Amino acid sequence: MQQNTDTDIQLRELDAMCVNESRLQHKWYHNLKYLAIGILFGIVFVKSEVVSWFRIQEMFRLQSFHMYGIIGSAVVVGMISVFLIKKFNIKTIYGEPIKFSPKTFNKGQIYGGLIFGFGWAMTGACPGPLFAQIGTGATVVAVTLLSAIAGTWVYGKFRDKLPH
Amino acid sequence: MLEFLKQPWPWYIAGPLIGLTVPALLIIGNKSFGISSSLRHICASCMPANIPFFKYDWKKEVWNLFFVFGIFLGGAIAINLLSNPNPIEVNPKLATELAGYGITNFNNLVPEDIINWQSLFTLKGFLLMVVGGFLVGFGTRYAGGCTSGHAIMGLSNLQLPSLIATICFMVGGFIMANLILPFILSL
Repeated sequence: MQQNTDTDIQLRELDAMCVNESRLQHKWYHNLKYLAIGILFGIVFVKSEVVSWFRIQEMFRLQSFHMYGIIGSAVVVGMISVFLIKKFNIKTIYGEPIKFSPKTFNKGQIYGGLIFGFGWAMTGACPGPLFAQIGTGATVVAVTLLSAIAGTWVYGKFRDKLPH
Repeated sequence: MLEFLKQPWPWYIAGPLIGLTVPALLIIGNKSFGISSSLRHICASCMPANIPFFKYDWKKEVWNLFFVFGIFLGGAIAINLLSNPNPIEVNPKLATELAGYGITNFNNLVPEDIINWQSLFTLKGFLLMVVGGFLVGFGTRYAGGCTSGHAIMGLSNLQLPSLIATICFMVGGFIMANLILPFILSL
């Protein structure tokens, strides 16, 4: 069983973003805390207009500092947080040590990055804002989200044929 | 207070709050901030189709689905309870450019003139919503993350691959917005 879990983690580590570091088993309602963080996050997204198609267009035309300020300050706060967590060996609320998974370079970050950039400027949304936009009542964005899910599926299907 | 919250929030409030999501998720459960993986978990849960990339225990990642459902709810709460009654203020240059494509409605976060159910069945709408969405899903997974996973979480952890990915996101966006999108919007 342990063997299975390890290959499972290895497979998902190829993708870096998918590793569940916690080994603890929790009841489903423990997930409600992620729901709560998601709600706060969604409110910030909408109120700061990060999910606005117009703000994304301004960003890619260098017509506004707004998005650069948001991403830049988010990264700075994130960096300081990660630094402090490592420095003081801060544990999770369950007392587990916090783990970070380093990312390995592959060409997918270049090809995939450019492809995502095209889609970002067209839809005016990265994956998070898609969920928030639907929440604001732009129901047609559900089609964009379904299409994004289809894109992810097609990538998974042809993954071994693509250059990495 | 409520009046204050209804205003659009400035970058120096919103950015740090978004950045705080990184330690919040780590501390409450050792989770690396990332949103595009939710699309993969949806594939894995709904149509794995025996594809190795989708054959993993997605139930272990269900927190991510709770998180994105929260983002959806947060969007609904913000628009219903904290809605800003004024149209979105855009750079006058952008407003002029967009008016040339018939985009004059700045009342919503998405431009209703081009992103609506009717235009879904036009070439322009199909390209913007269906093709655009496909590129978002395909590209983020190919890159191994999106703005949250690479640009925020990855850069916070000083990962060079994430910096490369973030630069490519921006380059792709600049090319699309300045060189290709004008043709699509003119359709």
